[in-house]
Amino acid sequence: MITNVNGKEYLLTEADLDKKLSTWLREDLGLTGTKIGCDIGICGSCTVLVDNKAVRSCKLFLKDVADKHILTIEGLTPKDGTLHPVQQAFVEAGAIQCGFCTPGMVLTSYAFLLENPNPTREQARAAIKGNICRCTGYQQFIDAIMQASISMQHREKKD
Amino acid sequence: MKPFSNAWRNDAVAKVSGKAKYTDDYTLPGMLHAVPLHASVASARLISIDYSAALKVPGVIAVYTAKDIPGNIKFGQIIKDYPTLVNRRIRTTGDVLALVVAETREIALSALPLIKVEFEEIPALFDPEEAMKPDAPLINPEHGSNVCNYHCVRTGDIESGEQEADVIIEQEFNTSRIEHAYLEPESALCYQRPDGVMEVLGSMQHPFSTRRFVASTLGFKLSDVEVKTVPMGGGFGGKDDTAALVCARAALCAYLTGKPVKITYSREMSLRESYKRHPYKLQYRMGLKADGHIVSVKVRMVADSGAYCSVTPWVTWRSTVQCCGCYTVPNVHCDVYGVYTNNVFTGAFRGFGSPQVNFAIEQLIEMAAEKLGLDESEFRRLNMVKQGSTTITGQVLDTHTVSLKQAMDTVLSEIDYENKKRNCSFGDPTKDEWYGIGYAISYRGMSLGAEGTDFNSAIINIQPDGSVLLETGIHENGQGSESAMILIAAEELGIPVGLIRYRFPSTSNIPDGGTTVASRGTLLGGGATVNAAKIVKERIVEGVQAALKLSGCRYEQGSVLDSTGKVVADYFSAIRMCYNNQIYPYAFGVFQAPRVSWDEHTGHGNAYFTWVYGCQAVELKVNAKTGQITLLNIVAAHDLGKAINPAMLAGQFYGGMAMGAGYGLHEQVSLDKGTPTCSNYHNYRVLRSTDLPEMTAIFIENHDPNSPSGAKGIGEPTLEITAPAIANALYRATGKRFYDQPLAPQLQEYLRRKQP
Repeated sequence: MITNVNGKEYLLTEADLDKKLSTWLREDLGLTGTKIGCDIGICGSCTVLVDNKAVRSCKLFLKDVADKHILTIEGLTPKDGTLHPVQQAFVEAGAIQCGFCTPGMVLTSYAFLLENPNPTREQARAAIKGNICRCTGYQQFIDAIMQASISMQHREKKD
Repeated sequence: MKPFSNAWRNDAVAKVSGKAKYTDDYTLPGMLHAVPLHASVASARLISIDYSAALKVPGVIAVYTAKDIPGNIKFGQIIKDYPTLVNRRIRTTGDVLALVVAETREIALSALPLIKVEFEEIPALFDPEEAMKPDAPLINPEHGSNVCNYHCVRTGDIESGEQEADVIIEQEFNTSRIEHAYLEPESALCYQRPDGVMEVLGSMQHPFSTRRFVASTLGFKLSDVEVKTVPMGGGFGGKDDTAALVCARAALCAYLTGKPVKITYSREMSLRESYKRHPYKLQYRMGLKADGHIVSVKVRMVADSGAYCSVTPWVTWRSTVQCCGCYTVPNVHCDVYGVYTNNVFTGAFRGFGSPQVNFAIEQLIEMAAEKLGLDESEFRRLNMVKQGSTTITGQVLDTHTVSLKQAMDTVLSEIDYENKKRNCSFGDPTKDEWYGIGYAISYRGMSLGAEGTDFNSAIINIQPDGSVLLETGIHENGQGSESAMILIAAEELGIPVGLIRYRFPSTSNIPDGGTTVASRGTLLGGGATVNAAKIVKERIVEGVQAALKLSGCRYEQGSVLDSTGKVVADYFSAIRMCYNNQIYPYAFGVFQAPRVSWDEHTGHGNAYFTWVYGCQAVELKVNAKTGQITLLNIVAAHDLGKAINPAMLAGQFYGGMAMGAGYGLHEQVSLDKGTPTCSNYHNYRVLRSTDLPEMTAIFIENHDPNSPSGAKGIGEPTLEITAPAIANALYRATGKRFYDQPLAPQLQEYLRRKQP
């Protein structure tokens, strides 16, 4: 079986299938931007996108993601040294403190904006309900999502 | 406050792109993994540990116990009572008995159940009041008492004060034991370098304390341990003792195996072992004059320290100094006890002894006003500290702007308190939904005060190309301290922030500047940075004068000017001139906090060298049937001296209010025979985005003359009054006062009992 991570295909052996996705990403692929906060699917730090849906990678096994497309925080980051509009908005809104929840929060926000490009603040607040942050009080995440919704739409128009 | 659109911090790009490496993200060739075996009972005499079966598991390298420790078994920041590994006596279920080292973490975990521990139980004490009784068995016999520490205040004469009073009110309050719940659990990676130095990478907020723990455990000199700190996934005061112990254990395993060893805690291990916020019992008696003056306060506080001391004497000292809240009281009799029990231990937690006191006093103040038939705001204004007031410990507040009334009036006006107060429901039985508004105010002594020596240092090392290496003795806890230091240095030197790199922190670079706690980072580290910048500017002027054979030059905004005010060298030329003339633009700057004083016997002294003032107000609604509480609005104003990095400041406001709201409403680490019953985030409720309303942060900036940068602290003030503001709002919503935390279950219980 094959799974695609950040645009690159990986052949999965039989022995891999029972590995946790989060562990495999971190330990086998070295994609340590995926963080482990609770390891039981509650805190959202390990969020990745599977076929553009935000999921908790500590609750999935490799057999669950066969033939699917996985996007981690490393994959969202452009190769040219710039940032994705969602990442840029997080920086500019001051939404970063300790940074441990940040990759999961960015990916959750990105998946949400794919579904809902033009949200209200209330919708943005609800969208990140599954991701715990102990530093920020969440308000600047919402600021960032609102800013990103504008910049992503601008970017689409430009494209 | 309008959203920020141009925020800056030095580590933002690394963190938002997933490149930032936290301790567990590092691996080293040949690295082994260790896991702890925790005690299964809270109080016992340890007889033997048989790990022969564990050693037979393929992949297990070693099992270590206390007998393998080459240095001191016990260590501690104040009282050295914490065994890194237990050798004789189990005092709490957070105690670690053994470490299993294996090729993988999974193998190490699989071997844990094979270790046989023989012990004889000793009766345990879980209630501090029981532990304080004269005939109670001693938990730490070396200490000679279960009272870990005692502080007092004796001001005026309590008996005559109470006689003078027209009304006396009495109330007991109880506050919660809560968990820091930093997103990143404890982690350490240690290896001994070829030069013999034990190198420690870890998640901790006090690298120098960690270095002491590691050196003590290994029997090493301080210079033979180098602690390097990588990004830390949250601390909030919680990554001191436990984080240091995890590092000490990893270092022990690395020393004994000769290999790099990593210990990363699971959330379950972290919750079981790590220290919590002290739960307090606070028994207040307040004497009032009919004219609205507070004439006396008698208070007894008992703080549960758990099995070990940690920083209990310092936490409870702050409660002692601030026992009357931000009010002047002529007659005070205060007794505060930190008490050993067999519960999970307690220690530093953002707020540090003030959230407990504020929860009580800010409700008591409103109860007092109501008893006298006075408006709570007028009553506060009458009794609050003002410019030149003398605090209950005899300190005259005249060295800075006392902005308590400014903060309070700002918040009350912003939230429209007086008008909205009229809409409060007071448990109106005809309504399905109750509305309430409430607020709380506080002052807070900045930094450590008489807890300890208070200084910090900074090194500014300008390179030949004009780029700058900056470091301070302050630690990046995630709050943005490195960015604040860079901004301060950039402003002082008149150069762009892009020229300044914060040097990778190491305990071998710079003197121990104390811990990054007590909201002291910007104040102390910023002060040292300003002082280092002053020195380096003098060096630059010297270099230019030597090169151009001038005198009387000065440095101004990135240029050197001659005595007529003409620019003779821009920044880059000036630096080149320095190097060409062997005058190095390098400076070591120190900020020594102004002296403070304290008399342990009377509880008098200039406890802190400066103070901050703040106010927070909360609007909420309550479902009269279900008891569901919805926060509608929170407004906060705090005097922070000077805003260095506004977007990060706002983050401190919002984060503090969120944590304070969780503390007030829901958070509670319940114990079963001393062990936390919560094991992970599914049964420990921290607030999520949808639990919070839109919040407003208002910066009050009265530059502080005691601070070289003008800035003061903000991390803790924002947390310490949200809970009492909620309690006061809840009272106006329901008509019922709740004296114990957490408030949400108290309300549920009240409504359940009320229903026929």
